[in-house]
Amino acid sequence: MSASPASPGIVATLAHALIALGGVVIGLFGSVGRLAGFAATVLARLFRPPFYPAQLAEQMLVIGWFSLPVVGLTAIFTGSALAQQIYIGGSRFNAASTVPAVTVIGIVRELGPVLGGLMVAGRVASAMAAEIGTMRVTEQIDALTTLRTDPYRYLVLPRVIAAVLVMPLLVLVSNALGVMGGWLLATFRLDFNSAAYLNTTAQYLKVDDVVSSMVKAGVFGFFIALMGCYHGYHSSGGAAGVGRATTNAVVSAFILILLSNLIITVIVFGS
Amino acid sequence: MTAKISLAGVTKRFGAKTVLAGVDLDIAPGESMVIIGGSGTGKSVTMKCILGLLRPDHGIIRVDGADVTHLKGRALAAHQARFGMLFQGGALFESLSVWRNVSFALPGAAAERRAAAIDNLARVGLGSDVADLRPSELSGGMQKRVALARAIAARPEILFFDEPTTGLDPIMADVINVLIRTLVTDMKITALTITHDMASVRKIADRVAMLYEGRIIWSGAEAAIDTAGNPYVDQFVHGRADGPIRMQVRRL
Ligand SMILES: Nc1ncnc2c1ncn2[C@@H]1O[C@H](COP(=O)(O)OP(=O)(O)O)[C@@H](O)[C@H]1O
Ligand SMILES: [Mg+2]
Repeated sequence: MSASPASPGIVATLAHALIALGGVVIGLFGSVGRLAGFAATVLARLFRPPFYPAQLAEQMLVIGWFSLPVVGLTAIFTGSALAQQIYIGGSRFNAASTVPAVTVIGIVRELGPVLGGLMVAGRVASAMAAEIGTMRVTEQIDALTTLRTDPYRYLVLPRVIAAVLVMPLLVLVSNALGVMGGWLLATFRLDFNSAAYLNTTAQYLKVDDVVSSMVKAGVFGFFIALMGCYHGYHSSGGAAGVGRATTNAVVSAFILILLSNLIITVIVFGS
Repeated sequence: MTAKISLAGVTKRFGAKTVLAGVDLDIAPGESMVIIGGSGTGKSVTMKCILGLLRPDHGIIRVDGADVTHLKGRALAAHQARFGMLFQGGALFESLSVWRNVSFALPGAAAERRAAAIDNLARVGLGSDVADLRPSELSGGMQKRVALARAIAARPEILFFDEPTTGLDPIMADVINVLIRTLVTDMKITALTITHDMASVRKIADRVAMLYEGRIIWSGAEAAIDTAGNPYVDQFVHGRADGPIRMQVRRL
């Protein structure tokens, strides 16, 4: 008596859930298609003038130089915390000496690029979406077009190129500071010998790791700028719309960074 | 004589909402056409369709007799380069100084462009002292004038003005109206202005067209507007709440 009236309810609920899910999936594919179109439009302009070197230089400064403090601090703190945890975990297996090796691998392969990418996404993707979104809703992007300027070339391409060029350098610095954070903690708190620590670090640091770290950073930079520009470019509905664009830019950049990081890690290190 | 700009059966929808339901309009060379109509009737959308910033769903837009409805790439850019546009909010680039805004579309070295910008600022009654300011440091009326200087800087064949006097005090509004009329007459430009300001209409227009529910329901010479005999035009010209135009205001 109790089960039979309930089951059509469950079926209906399930059906509704499936329909809702279908809507989300279709919406997702729709936006993936739009996003791919946007990326293709941008990349098609990569080698055809006019170019805007002043815009590129400005964006490199904004993305790279002004992100250094926040990315650097993140790296130092995380490197230190990582060294501490590896020491605690390692001590249980009489393997506390693995601290320098595991720290450098953890930082360079994963934490340096991922945390650097996330921090830059928080700073830069949101700022790009806000700036370009404001330009969209105040008709400045339309104005560019009527002033003989292609907004993709003038606004989007310099941001994308700058992010792809600058992120690897930023992550290189971030890696170095992360390792330094671990070394500081290990020498000052865990009584490691400074020279021995650095020696072991250098021994375990492979060129492949650094290259993969920089490749990841370049990919993350591409997604950060793409998300910031895409959501800004397609924002509508006044200040509230720009706010939504900003949030969406950061969230989607985060997801793409974490997803592409997983894919690259599996491809490079999984075999 | 071929019209400078001609729209035939232009329609545009956003989702389920039909904004333009078949706009027919001819603008003669050298003529100053003014489109009037309430807020949200699709005046700006009409302009953006002509400029190729929006794509109409149906209909044909011609400039000098040539179909420009479906232009792409370089052809579209060349089409857009024929227009100067004063946007509703000015749309000045906040990060650039006034002179860089005004000379944005001009080629050449910085010194040349700065000189050209100062020439154009003078045309709209602004001195060289504003050249190095940021747009945010100017009053609303001055921003409008800078935007006007930017729109005419590249000497376009056609000028578009989207609500040039909205948000200005009556005196500044009249300054802008006079400027527009003078520019259009002196530079022999074809002009299209959107407004719901009747003072603007009387100052700027050679001919007037009224947009209502997605169609041009009346057009005629500026002088004919008071004797149009069209109840919609009548109501708009006199700004009455009573009449055939029903505002979508929910009754309590
Ligand atoms: N890009 C767009 N997307 C969706 N709706 C739009 C867009 N542009 C304009 N509209 C809608 O079209 C209608 C007409 O807008 P508009 O042409 O700006 O009116 P106005 O006559 O005041 O200039 C409005 O209801 C507006 O919400
Ligand atoms: Mg408008």
